[in-house]
Amino acid sequence: MSILVNKNTRVLTQGITGATGQIHTRACKEYGTQMVGGVVPGKGGTDFEGIPIFDTVEQARKATGANATVIYVPPPFAADAILEAVAAGIELVICITEGVPVLDMVKVSRYMRGSNSRLIGPNCPGVITPGECKIGIMPGYIHKPGDIGVVSRSGTLTYEAVYQLTQLGIGQSSCVGIGGDPIVGSGHIDVLKLFNEDPGTRAVIMIGEIGGTAEEEAAQYIKENFKKPVVAFIAGQTAPKGRRMGHAGAIISGGRGTAADKIAALKAAGIAVAMSPAELGVTMKSLLDGKAA
Amino acid sequence: MNIHEFQAKQVLARFGAPVPKGQPASTPDEAAKAFDALGQPKAVVKAQIHAGGRGKAGGVKLLSSAAEAREFAAKLLGKPLVTHQTGPQGRIVRRVYVEQASEIARELYLGMVVDRNARSVAIIASTEGGMEIEEVAAKTPDRILTEPIDPVIGLGGFQARKIAFALGLRDKQVGQFGALLNSLYRAFLETDASLIEINPLVVTKDGSVICLDAKMSFDDNGLFRHPDIRELRDPNEEDPAETEAAKFDLSYVHLDGNIGCMVNGAGLAMATMDIVKYYGAEPANFLDVGGGASSQKVAAAFRILLADDRVKAVLINIFGGIMLCDVLAQGVVDAAREVKLSVPLVVRMEGTNVDKGKQILKESGIKVIAASDMADAARRVVEAIGARAQA
Repeated sequence: MSILVNKNTRVLTQGITGATGQIHTRACKEYGTQMVGGVVPGKGGTDFEGIPIFDTVEQARKATGANATVIYVPPPFAADAILEAVAAGIELVICITEGVPVLDMVKVSRYMRGSNSRLIGPNCPGVITPGECKIGIMPGYIHKPGDIGVVSRSGTLTYEAVYQLTQLGIGQSSCVGIGGDPIVGSGHIDVLKLFNEDPGTRAVIMIGEIGGTAEEEAAQYIKENFKKPVVAFIAGQTAPKGRRMGHAGAIISGGRGTAADKIAALKAAGIAVAMSPAELGVTMKSLLDGKAA
Repeated sequence: MNIHEFQAKQVLARFGAPVPKGQPASTPDEAAKAFDALGQPKAVVKAQIHAGGRGKAGGVKLLSSAAEAREFAAKLLGKPLVTHQTGPQGRIVRRVYVEQASEIARELYLGMVVDRNARSVAIIASTEGGMEIEEVAAKTPDRILTEPIDPVIGLGGFQARKIAFALGLRDKQVGQFGALLNSLYRAFLETDASLIEINPLVVTKDGSVICLDAKMSFDDNGLFRHPDIRELRDPNEEDPAETEAAKFDLSYVHLDGNIGCMVNGAGLAMATMDIVKYYGAEPANFLDVGGGASSQKVAAAFRILLADDRVKAVLINIFGGIMLCDVLAQGVVDAAREVKLSVPLVVRMEGTNVDKGKQILKESGIKVIAASDMADAARRVVEAIGARAQA
């Protein structure tokens, strides 16, 4: 079992003819994902390596029965691409694009209120259910099918966690990069809720970073509602205040969003916090072994 | 991106916000001329640096003649001003702002930010003007009012009135405040701001509401829409290494340690800093080379790291997803040859094309300490500077 995506997920690529769109559509298709169509305004009727291209998302959905889309279009057009996918009724919208203006995301969030679509990202690596469906830019080969869920604000740090798990022989149910921006479509709690209900997920790794209060809220949610063990890591313990650490959302401002606050909140909720990023895998392993014993 | 007070006031004035009249000056003579141009018996001369706490640090003074303005400007210009936000080295004052003096009856606080939880722009207001809002939030949170603005509806008149009355404004001040708030909100939206802070917002003795100080920051991701705002960037206020890095689209933040770090991805870059510290040393920087970096970009990143003479060892930690390990390795080899690498270099590589990457490093003849994983890399780099790895 898994969350969000599986072998039946039918995926569109918005921006399929751009450099990034091409590389990753090809890689996802090779992984076994059902890449059923692409959208590029003005190129409808052509194809990308056998994948049909449409002018609009609506046309693409009608023709292919797609229920997910991945967006690689450049930042100035990314918000519009998300809106187009939502308006066309695509259930899962994954926006990889980095650098979307935050005020664009304010509008997108407002537009999506009450809609049936779910947005992952922007500024995220995507979603993968190992062995079934990979949507996004993560290297497929480091994953292994299994029963550990991963949710993370970071891209490469997620790969690190997944790699450690796989090296230890521990597989993953699904891995979700929620993105490093201040306003993202789905937060830790949204994804945790799905893992909570997924019988194929036995435990979860949650990777957070400095900035905002999403991890503190997730800690509260886990304490009150989450039925499965959680291992967490917070990146940015050594980050200075008031400086944006790469991700637009990774900034300690107004005295809030420090790693220390987040770690304290997670520990208070009974979550196993790995203090070193190299210990994510082994912390999960000892947690699982402890549970099994 | 941050801008100076005088620039923020110019931007806000363009949207109709009430700000005192003033002129920037970069020499004592210009300051004297600016004083005369105001044609008032008194004026305030304010040091322009990207840091708060200027008043307490002696960077702001009320003066009553052009001669005094010249003298005070001469005292400030070209010298560092140390405030509680600048660090002990202070910031060099390159401009002063000569501004019409205001007779203050009350000082209030008004801010506008993107509220992550409300997923909208929010107004923050407080009766405790002139103080740091973080301090007010910690000590008297009941004196802070937060009001999110619906992006579709816009700023409601009722919201402006609610805040005005909470701030104790009366009569025509309520209307004035509503107009001011509208100006700020329009400025926020139309410049892709990430912060507007008016601290203090003052009620003058004759009953007007004006922006006595102004601070604006902008969303770097929105700057492509605002070439005019981008022009306001002051490279003097930025770390030269950070400016250089920005040219290559690298994300770099200068820190105080001596382990230079080069990583792909912001989260992994922060985690690498953390693990260096975990093993008992201090990172010299945050550096994210990004996803699809070319070998030229990697070489630029490597040069920037090594230009910092406090760097005693370099740790490269790459998890290749989009980033190809062979491209990275080639960039490192090119740069190491060019700058004559003189400090220990620890490389941990994993991911796409890792074997090709290792081959390139091996054949280059450059002395590389290979690490098997993140913990091993951190341990080795700490030992390379002659310290004992902890943890």
